[in-house]
Amino acid sequence: MQKDVLLELNAEKVLNNLKEGKRNNGRKVDEYRKITIEKDLYKNAEGCAKVKLGDTEVIAGVKFSLGTPYPDSPKQGTISVGAELIPLASPFFETGPPSMESIELARVVDRGIRESKAVDFEKLCITEGEQVLIGFIDMYAINFDGNLFDASAIAAISALNEAKLPKIENDKIVEKEYSGKLKLKRKPLLSTFAKIGNVLVVDPDLMEETAMQARFSVATTEDNFVSAFQKGLSGAIKKEDVDNAIDTAFKTSKEIRKNI
Amino acid sequence: MTKEEKKIYVNKKGLRLDGRAVDESRPITIKAGVLKNAKGSCYLEWGQNKVLVSVQGPREALPKHIANPFKAIVKFTYRMAAFSVPDRKNPRPGRRDIEISKVCGEALEKSIFLEKYPNTQIEIWAQILDSNAGSRAAALTAASVALADAGIPMKDLVTSVAVGRIDGKIVLDLNKEEEDAPDAVDMPIAMMSNSKEIVLLQMDGLFSKKEWEEAYEVAVKGIEKIKQLQINALKEQFKLEEKEEKKTKTETKEKSVESAKETKTEKKEDKKELKDNKELSKAEAEVQ
Repeated sequence: MQKDVLLELNAEKVLNNLKEGKRNNGRKVDEYRKITIEKDLYKNAEGCAKVKLGDTEVIAGVKFSLGTPYPDSPKQGTISVGAELIPLASPFFETGPPSMESIELARVVDRGIRESKAVDFEKLCITEGEQVLIGFIDMYAINFDGNLFDASAIAAISALNEAKLPKIENDKIVEKEYSGKLKLKRKPLLSTFAKIGNVLVVDPDLMEETAMQARFSVATTEDNFVSAFQKGLSGAIKKEDVDNAIDTAFKTSKEIRKNI
Repeated sequence: MTKEEKKIYVNKKGLRLDGRAVDESRPITIKAGVLKNAKGSCYLEWGQNKVLVSVQGPREALPKHIANPFKAIVKFTYRMAAFSVPDRKNPRPGRRDIEISKVCGEALEKSIFLEKYPNTQIEIWAQILDSNAGSRAAALTAASVALADAGIPMKDLVTSVAVGRIDGKIVLDLNKEEEDAPDAVDMPIAMMSNSKEIVLLQMDGLFSKKEWEEAYEVAVKGIEKIKQLQINALKEQFKLEEKEEKKTKTETKEKSVESAKETKTEKKEDKKELKDNKELSKAEAEVQ
């Protein structure tokens, strides 16, 4: 990823302001940017959502394909999450094979959904041991202004929540016909924090991300479980930071979940 | 949500399927300095997990545009041998390998005095030869030893372990059978134990906040024990080196009369410098 010199110069300002308890953007440490979710935009997708988190924008779409189950889980379908950090979203993103950043992003979103058991994989089974549905959730960054993790996770779970299951006849998917909706058992959401100096702020924007030493994400469910952690970047966090992050995540995700 | 046949993962005596206590890790052996061509290296066995780690550098960061004028960059590569898993693994790196490489590299960065080596890269290669859950913890723990073996100045050793939950109980260092339990939670964590700083933290499964706190305590205790094994491996390594050093010194004394004197002293100095470097890192690893 390329870097922006101007942003790097601002990093110090962000840090100094935080020492006085102020965020550059005027938000409280546990305050998200405005979130808007649009649904039902693309006809070919089985489910889709466009999420705006401040100026960060992500589109996610769901497609189902037929596949064979894993030998150790013959009765279960599965999901697969992909993320594309395409150059249209930012001058920092480059073309080429998936970057480490996009792979990490996709895998963290995947883990939050998969491990919360949001999707009942047995409902995706068509013929035991032979044929199952695989739900592909693909996320595209459209505008990058920090915290792609949370924007992507909201987009992914919103798209899944809208997703229609394809109708299957003679072992084939019938185009444009559906057998019903995919019902989610939980709606896990990711809350991502930036550690800047000694302060933990939720939903960092691009300027804050340039200043952060460590990034920490927690996936939370409505029934007060955490379903994934991911610490990233070279800085360290402490146990208190994790405790603090979990508490904040439960609180903020409750509000966000109402919009899905 | 329990599955058909009910396995007892932790019995009434508090022992697990393989006879371990809940807060006991599998047996770990660590040996530093095992590769001739690497600046630093480590071989580590952790239960069935076996990993070989090499360290090269610090040397010029290439391609040039990735170089950082203020500090060294860390390139960590985690690779599983094709035969290291039950079903042959495609040797091409998958998404999992890339993610693990990223988080492990980032976990080590904080422990190294990177600012001493601007414009350079430190390359770490972790080759998994055999695996049975917990291979990233094994790779990271071994990598930190290999870095110290390479004489790279460090603030502290990085020690990693996985904690988790099986059958409602918090346990240290899950093996594959336990990881496949229906309610299993797996949480790899790595710390610099002097400052209690968490440098790697991942988790999948459903945890309550209380369980996270409990798991953290179990992890901290486990990490203390494993760190001692890392220190012992380094002590062992440098004891041997000292002996060799003495031997070569006396040899050179006897032989170094006239011819090729220059080259020999040069060599000696080189070695001495390396030794100093290594002692420095050893001292740093011990000063805590």
